[in-house]
Amino acid sequence: MIYDPIIKVRDLCVGFGDTQVLKGLSLDVQRGEILGFVGGSGAGKSVLMRTIIGLFPKQGGTIEVFGVNMDRAGERERRTVERRWGVLFQHGALFSSLTVRQNVQFLMREHLDITDKLMNEIAIAKLEMVGLRASDAEKFPSELSGGMTKRVALARALSLDPEIVFLDEPTSGLDPISAAEFDALIHTLQQTLGLTVFMVTHDPQSLHTVCDRIAALSDGVVVAEGDLGTMMLSEHPWVQSYFRGKRAAGGYKPLEMESVGA
Amino acid sequence: MTSAPELESSVKGDRLELSARGAWTAHYADALEMLVERHASGSANAAAVSIDMSHVNAFDTFGAWLLERLMRGFRQAGRNADIVGLNENYAPLLREMSDVNQSDYAPPVKRWHWTTPLDLLGRNAEAFFIGLAPFVNMLGAVGTAIGRVAVRPTTFRLTSMVNQFDRVCWQAIPIVLLITFLIGCIIAQQGFFHFRQFGADTYVVDMVGILVMREIGVLIVAIMVAGRSGSSFTAELGSMKMREEVDALRTMGFDPVEVLILPRLVALVIAVPVLTFLGSIAALLGGGLVAITYGGMSPEIFIERLRDAISMSSFKVGLIKAPFMALAIGLVACTEGLRVKGSAESLGLKTTDSVVKAIFMVIVMDGLFAIFFASIGM
Repeated sequence: MIYDPIIKVRDLCVGFGDTQVLKGLSLDVQRGEILGFVGGSGAGKSVLMRTIIGLFPKQGGTIEVFGVNMDRAGERERRTVERRWGVLFQHGALFSSLTVRQNVQFLMREHLDITDKLMNEIAIAKLEMVGLRASDAEKFPSELSGGMTKRVALARALSLDPEIVFLDEPTSGLDPISAAEFDALIHTLQQTLGLTVFMVTHDPQSLHTVCDRIAALSDGVVVAEGDLGTMMLSEHPWVQSYFRGKRAAGGYKPLEMESVGA
Repeated sequence: MTSAPELESSVKGDRLELSARGAWTAHYADALEMLVERHASGSANAAAVSIDMSHVNAFDTFGAWLLERLMRGFRQAGRNADIVGLNENYAPLLREMSDVNQSDYAPPVKRWHWTTPLDLLGRNAEAFFIGLAPFVNMLGAVGTAIGRVAVRPTTFRLTSMVNQFDRVCWQAIPIVLLITFLIGCIIAQQGFFHFRQFGADTYVVDMVGILVMREIGVLIVAIMVAGRSGSSFTAELGSMKMREEVDALRTMGFDPVEVLILPRLVALVIAVPVLTFLGSIAALLGGGLVAITYGGMSPEIFIERLRDAISMSSFKVGLIKAPFMALAIGLVACTEGLRVKGSAESLGLKTTDSVVKAIFMVIVMDGLFAIFFASIGM
């Protein structure tokens, strides 16, 4: 296999005021994989994601996405790269004054010159792909449940068929059944659309069932990365307690993996 | 790299063969849509259609859906349609597409009709009268809250009230003084300018005194407070409502009216008379300054005229109105705040509503008070 990282982060330093959150972090994301990114609360998982997508300024290091160095890229080049990724924010970040359909069509309206008919059909197709019904299309975000909000947000993140999707805690706040469904959905979409998924998560179940590879963040750097087996064998104390702690032990059963991982 | 999509057709016997090339992706969605539209109706006499997808080098949901739409069109026209040579990586996506858009969904379309303005007028009138109900409801809730607090005075949120008072009164003093001072100046200047033509200069002092004490002082202050504090009450309560903080209070056994609204109302009811008093004085000062510098009046004469012109009752008329206007502003602001729904847009709408309704109420009340005071001879 050719070594072709789609996201390449090197020696990334990010801090706010006196606190240094990321201290020389390096990470590769391979094309077509689902990378689960774990770390304690406040360890800087979301900070890394937000820095990659350009919401936070960095103090040092380089970020390359699709081989484009985001520092040296001009405005146009950045826009092109941004069109090729989609972001699912933790709380959905749906535009509250637009309906579900308008939320999903937002980027299409901006970037594509297509008829309303096609735009509606694609929006409904996207909504049905994430497990919603056409009858939900005219609802407003305030009328949606937590699970539906996440689904709509995913449909919006996928609206232009991006190559990378960034998911910030996609299953947080969902009940285990909805979370498992959401995991399965991400897996299916990744298979059908050939997506690369960068998933920040707290959910051991998601790591077990959908992630191809896991990276663990502690003290501002990636302390372990690899598949679940590698993580289980890691010597790092935080990784040990995360993957072999009481909560993780209940979740990790090989049998269960087969039944949900379909 | 990817290239623009193409779709070529050739007819072999009763068979239509379509051959697709290039990238069938979102990037070329506009061109792709036209291609598919053009071929959907072509060669009506062909009984069977086959689409060769083997030369397509990029494929996503847009391409997959348009292909599916083309196929559905052919099948509906009773033709045999099949796809050959589709890259197996793309097959799951196309399978996914066969399940979507099966329901007859049409987004609602807004059309203009000559009855639309009438319809809107009716709806707005209805909304106006229905909108009065929560207002009255709030008045009742505040009344019962006052009753409860009167029975057990320790439950009153004094700290919160003082904090609100600091914001609506203390911090508002500089801007209120400045604006009422300027208004006083302007009234006096206009008075001198026009009254001078028929030698009625001295009456400018009467005009400024009575106008400021009875009407302008309290009105300007009430309008300022509605814009400054009313809007902030609505926005605060509205965003608390959006984040379920109001619900949280309720489940913890607190009455939101008692905890959130009563301290604000009490602060307002004290603040507006105070501001009215200060504002009226500032306006008189402004008027006096203009009288001396522009009207050429000596300070002694100005004060003498003022003493004759305004009585205790004009002062009272202004101050009596103030707490009632404060109550109206506070009730409107809090009611609108609690009517905020989940969206950011609704927060903006309700804040606008709050300020507009509060100012409207203030002016209507001022009119009613004018009739009342005239009939009791004050």
